[in-house]
Amino acid sequence: MLSPALVVGTALAYLAALFALAAWADRRGAAGRSVIANPWVYALSLGAYCTAWTYFGSVGRAASGGLWFLPIYLGPTLAMVLGWVVVRKMLRVARAQRITSIADFIASRHGKSPLLAGAVTLITVVGIVPYIALQLKAVATGVALLTTPPGAAAAPPPAWWQDPTAAVAALLAGFTMVFGTRHLDGAERHEGLVAAVAAESVVKLLAFTAVGVFACWGLFDGPADVFARAAADPALRGLLRLAPEGARFAHESWSGLLLLAGLSVLCLPRQFQLMVVENVDERHLKRAVWAFPAYLLAINLFVLPLALAGLLLGGGAAQADGFVLSLPLAHGQPGLALAAFVGGLSAATGMVVVETIAVSTMVCNDLVVPALLRLRRFAAAPAGWLRGIRRAAIAAVLGLGYAYFRLAGEAHALVSIGLISFAAVAQFAPALLGGLYWKGGTRAGALAGLGAGFALWAWTLLLPSLARSGWWPGADLLQHGPAGLALLRPEQLLGLQGLDGLTHALVWSLGANLALYVGVSLVRRPDAAEVAQALRFVDGAGHPAGGADAAPVFWRGRARPADLQALLARFLGPARAQAALDQHARERGLPGAAALPGDARLVQFAETQLAGAIGSATARVVVARSVEEEALGLDDVLRIVDEASQLRQYAQALEHAGAELRAANERLQELDRLKDDFMSSVTHELRTPLTSIRALSELMRDDPGLAPAQRQQFLAIIVAEAERLGRLVDQVLDMAKIEAGQADWRSAAVDLPALLQRAAQTTAELLHGRGATLVLELPDTAAGPVPPVLADEDRLLQVLLNLLSNAAKFVPAGRGRVVLALACGPEGATVTVQDNGPGVPPAQQALVFEKFRQGGDAAHRPAGTGLGLPISRQIVEHFGGRLWLRSDPGQGATFGFTLPWPTAPAAAPAAQDQTGDPP
Amino acid sequence: MTATVLIADDEPNILITLEFLLQRAGYQVLLARDGDEALQAIQAQRPDLVLLDVMMPRRSGFEVCQAVRADEALAATRILMLTAKGRDTDQAKGLALGADAYVTKPFSTKDLLAQVQALLEAPR
Repeated sequence: MLSPALVVGTALAYLAALFALAAWADRRGAAGRSVIANPWVYALSLGAYCTAWTYFGSVGRAASGGLWFLPIYLGPTLAMVLGWVVVRKMLRVARAQRITSIADFIASRHGKSPLLAGAVTLITVVGIVPYIALQLKAVATGVALLTTPPGAAAAPPPAWWQDPTAAVAALLAGFTMVFGTRHLDGAERHEGLVAAVAAESVVKLLAFTAVGVFACWGLFDGPADVFARAAADPALRGLLRLAPEGARFAHESWSGLLLLAGLSVLCLPRQFQLMVVENVDERHLKRAVWAFPAYLLAINLFVLPLALAGLLLGGGAAQADGFVLSLPLAHGQPGLALAAFVGGLSAATGMVVVETIAVSTMVCNDLVVPALLRLRRFAAAPAGWLRGIRRAAIAAVLGLGYAYFRLAGEAHALVSIGLISFAAVAQFAPALLGGLYWKGGTRAGALAGLGAGFALWAWTLLLPSLARSGWWPGADLLQHGPAGLALLRPEQLLGLQGLDGLTHALVWSLGANLALYVGVSLVRRPDAAEVAQALRFVDGAGHPAGGADAAPVFWRGRARPADLQALLARFLGPARAQAALDQHARERGLPGAAALPGDARLVQFAETQLAGAIGSATARVVVARSVEEEALGLDDVLRIVDEASQLRQYAQALEHAGAELRAANERLQELDRLKDDFMSSVTHELRTPLTSIRALSELMRDDPGLAPAQRQQFLAIIVAEAERLGRLVDQVLDMAKIEAGQADWRSAAVDLPALLQRAAQTTAELLHGRGATLVLELPDTAAGPVPPVLADEDRLLQVLLNLLSNAAKFVPAGRGRVVLALACGPEGATVTVQDNGPGVPPAQQALVFEKFRQGGDAAHRPAGTGLGLPISRQIVEHFGGRLWLRSDPGQGATFGFTLPWPTAPAAAPAAQDQTGDPP
Repeated sequence: MTATVLIADDEPNILITLEFLLQRAGYQVLLARDGDEALQAIQAQRPDLVLLDVMMPRRSGFEVCQAVRADEALAATRILMLTAKGRDTDQAKGLALGADAYVTKPFSTKDLLAQVQALLEAPR
């Protein structure tokens, strides 16, 4: 055992360190180097889910129920992994609407209803205060465990002014007041607080793991040893199985727990506060989606081994809650026990602080301020009261928690409160999630659902627990029902048997809740305010930034800007109000706050700003009082929405058109460039023969005494170059016309064999002149005449002449051989021109079809323009064919083209688009 | 001593024309039909001036110009570039690479001769 002074002193020292850490984080946040702008801090802060109840209680549950402690952590894991998009939408909506709490969210969504806000707040207080008491109890138990000599009876609880737990509670109240009420505006974060919570998550994880490691490896030979021995012990074997021997696995209980724990990820006020309200950057969620489940896994790793180790070493299941402390203490590790106590303290204080902030915010905004507003006195009171009210609420919540702890003592009511609290806050789920995704949810529906859910929860869960702890008179309530009505028995309501208490309660409360939410919402039409809010919440979260211009404004009336500014100054302070209005003015393109018109957007902006401080429902009331408002009818709202969505559509269409225009512009620029290239090549090709013509002409002009032979040579060159120029101009024009789609194409039946013979005759002299032989290979007409193809005969002849003259240019002089062949295939006719020239290297085979490229080099280049092949290709492709080249260097070249047989309906040539392109 | 002029162009007719023109003007003329031949001839024969066509196979006029200017030993060689291409950018490129002058085709024979003379007489 340890001395009380040591234990209490350690606790106080730890709290002092927390204060220091929070103060440091607050300072850094104010200096702009925020500690909490880090996704790890965000993810770790969510570890506040693991409270002292889980620190001690899960070991206790594991000791009696084995693996049944798991669903409480599996639930959130599944919820985060599968449902993170829901959380993300919640984040976005909360940011846009400046939500400060769960009550604020539900109330704001369902028409900014103060009644709903109050209802949610009350349910929260009823559900959470005992939970806070449980944490304080855990601290007290921990202290007692460490300081009680072994074997001695537990000391009677000290008077409250001597009670260290009271000191802890008071310190926690102070901590929360200092670091949780710095800023009342929802936009600024509680830097110190979140940093402290994240640090506590680390501390409790380390401490628990340390004890786990000690238990497994210090007291046994590792976890395998622990499990082996437990399996060997008949009393403990059952803990390793999900179902007791011989019984079936209770699916419904498992699922009920999973559902409950999963919902608690959003519905527990502290989780909502940390995950949604305190979130700094939506992108942190991605880290949290896997980091938070990983944390849960890590902290639960040693729960079962610890429980088994404790049981194996002689502890009873009833003492299992304290194994984290008692095991190290009993086995000579007081330091470790103290560290574990600090871990438990972390778990308890983390929960208490955040929960208190959440609950006190709700109490202040949704219970106290609305009540005070009814009193005329408050209308003129200074805004500093807001902070005071908030702090008073904190003190009240913690005071209530401590009082409950003192009164409940060892009562059943306290110990089982954890899951009962979960079930209470789970009643928010239908309104919370339904409101986020279903526009049809109305205020009446939410009220009905919450009312029914809460009532059934109280009847089926709260009442039995009170009865069991002896607080409820009439102990036979559970056996026989109220006034003997067996059908109304709290744990077998309306005869539903066979479920454990929690699942039974969940079925009834959540079932009725959901049914009434949906049913009543469908029956009663929503009013204008509800529709407006529904649209904002369900639709408005599409854009993370929530562009102020895009969102429709649901307000009609007149307001004086000075009034609104005064209102803002009352609640936010004059400096902040001025800054916010200036910012708003800038966003609207106005010089300053003074230039703001008293229009709907200003009113909406003011309302949203105020909501961050006092909640949407109250903000609505307060603003409505100070402006002249015209009641919006339902059709007004719908009309406004229509206009907004039309505007959006126009904007989208404009954007599309703009994008298309840009793409078209780029295409045109590209084509322009190509045209430049083409023009550049054409001018080069045209200027080259012109150079010789001009220069030689000048030479002849300037030198009358030129030798006749020389003159003849020059004139011959001039003539040849002029001809070349003429051919070039013709071909360039031809090419341009084809590409511009302005060439004349005639399509008729063409007799290929006859055409080939014509081509052969025309080029016969040219080939003969080079000493080459031409071989004509036509298909055997015995099989039938060659079917005609649909084409332009003159153009095809042009292609053939081009190919043949190319062949003639490149065959070796004297022994050249050109083969012109026609083959009929199933698809179409194939014409080939094969020569025994030098061939074309593979690298250049694609190049020959480019404009102005010519094979070989200029010295040996016969008269050609470089446009023949490209034009031929265009022609062939226009009629649906293909022009290709096959060549092995040194083995000659084969140019060929195929033309398809005409199909029954005259097929449009596939290459039509090519000729349709603008040059 | 008569100056030596190398004419580098892949068009045979232009070679004929320029050869006649320059010989008649009294210069010693060397011929090259592509970029490689041109560079070899410049290195071997050290002509005083090179009439360099830009569009040539194997090595373009720009590359030859660059190679000549990179060689200290050939610093005395004057380079006059000829081209039929239309863009100002080519002219600027040529001059940037170290050509002494640039003439576009088709040229006036008188102008060309004048340029050649000016280049050969200019002090280095």
